[in-house]
Amino acid sequence: MMHRDSLNSQQVMMYSVLGIALFLSVWYGAVALEVTPKQFLPSPHEVLIKLSSLLTQPFSGFTLLAHIASSFQRFLYGFLLAICIGIPLGLLMALSKNTDRLITPFFESIRFVAPIAWVPFAALWFGTGIGGPVLVIFMGAFPPVLINTYRGAIHVDKKFIEAAQMLGAGRLRLMVEVLFPAAIPSIVAGLRISAGLGWQSLIGAELIVASSGVGYMMVKGQASIQTDIVMSGMIAIGIIGLAIDIGLRMIEKLVSKYREN
Amino acid sequence: MANIVFDGVEKSFSQGGKDFLAVGETNFTVADKEFVAIVGPSGCGKTTCLRMVAGFEAPSKGVIRVGGGIVTAPGPDRAVVFQQFALFPWKTVLDNVTFGLKAMGLSEQERNKRAADLITMVGLEGYEAAYPHQLSGGMQQRVAIARAYVLDPGVLLMDEPFGALDAQTRVVMQEELVKLARKNPRTVLFITHAVEEAVYLADRVVVMSRRPGLFKEVIDVKKLRIEENWDQHSRIEDVMDLSSFVHLRSQIWKLLREQH
Repeated sequence: MMHRDSLNSQQVMMYSVLGIALFLSVWYGAVALEVTPKQFLPSPHEVLIKLSSLLTQPFSGFTLLAHIASSFQRFLYGFLLAICIGIPLGLLMALSKNTDRLITPFFESIRFVAPIAWVPFAALWFGTGIGGPVLVIFMGAFPPVLINTYRGAIHVDKKFIEAAQMLGAGRLRLMVEVLFPAAIPSIVAGLRISAGLGWQSLIGAELIVASSGVGYMMVKGQASIQTDIVMSGMIAIGIIGLAIDIGLRMIEKLVSKYREN
Repeated sequence: MANIVFDGVEKSFSQGGKDFLAVGETNFTVADKEFVAIVGPSGCGKTTCLRMVAGFEAPSKGVIRVGGGIVTAPGPDRAVVFQQFALFPWKTVLDNVTFGLKAMGLSEQERNKRAADLITMVGLEGYEAAYPHQLSGGMQQRVAIARAYVLDPGVLLMDEPFGALDAQTRVVMQEELVKLARKNPRTVLFITHAVEEAVYLADRVVVMSRRPGLFKEVIDVKKLRIEENWDQHSRIEDVMDLSSFVHLRSQIWKLLREQH
């Protein structure tokens, strides 16, 4: 069945509003019917009020924005680390069969281990320092960067590689000046997946191995049965995650536009 | 001295678990600064011959020597001009032309000077900052020729370089290549399936047979060209009208026809 997309943007908007209204009414309904004890399910407007007060009033030592900032900083470290290792390694694997053979079995066996599974070791190795969350984010963000770089580079038209070789390019030059630029669209697509997974894993890590950050704020909220704080954290996660994705999508568009010209 | 020697060269490929002989035993020498064109039906292995000299593929038997050294890998002493240009689309004309010089480790000043000379020679001044997709097919192939010539290679390998161009552009490029090759002679191995092109450009034309690919006949064009003074005509169509040219062309056509 094909979607007949005959609706104008106003009608599309109407459906979106309707969807949100439906969701909120179910939520209000659940609160009114006391599906769970009252303190376990805050109502939407209570969450909104809490969310705005968290912007100015610190909870667990920081305001919401400061928690977000510290989460984002960890995310950035882990994400950049994944990029700095994933891209060169992916290119190297595409270029050298032996590197591929060396890395692939190991990589395949750890990539199905959920990033969260590294939390116990993150805690043991790094305590509540920045290393723990960064390790967990890295474990989430690294595989997509590596895989997409590798796939992008392995599918580079052979004629470019042969041209570079006959012009006297060595391996490093081949990687940096041929494989990398040719694989950029695939790499950028990988970065989007990677950022999403990294950001999700971060919150999981912060639930356990942090003393600041959105995840930490949520744990503290739960411990003091302030569910409106937990919910505020969830909203913040969603918004920041969306913002990261929109940012990367803009980069993706920029790259493909540049490619077409 | 950069001659090309095919010394007992054979090349077979395995296809569906079976080996088939793409190029049968070949012994042949392209002399230093000689322009040799190979013509033959598609699938006769002419491109395979060029790819072995380039070092993209290794012979199954025998060796190829260039300037006395056995070919084992691609290198800037054997510059290749591909049918599909193979310019780096993410690099400008200048960066494409200087790519090989950079790999040689030349200074930026030296690179730009040498590139500028070549870019002028192929008539692309003013397009240094353009990207390949902004250029026509003929201009792109000029960039590829400049990129190869700029390395000052002993050997130039051209794999149907004008095959992807329209007829008019092709003629212009053929005339320019003749000028370039006469002014600045190199050892050239030129692959084509266009007989006129081979006779017009080459000193000797090799006719290849199919399955297995063999160097069946070698025709000396240079002798006739000098005797009949073809080079006094600067336009290809004038050369093509000469009875000596027509005769040679039909002789090669006949040889090719026997391959089918």
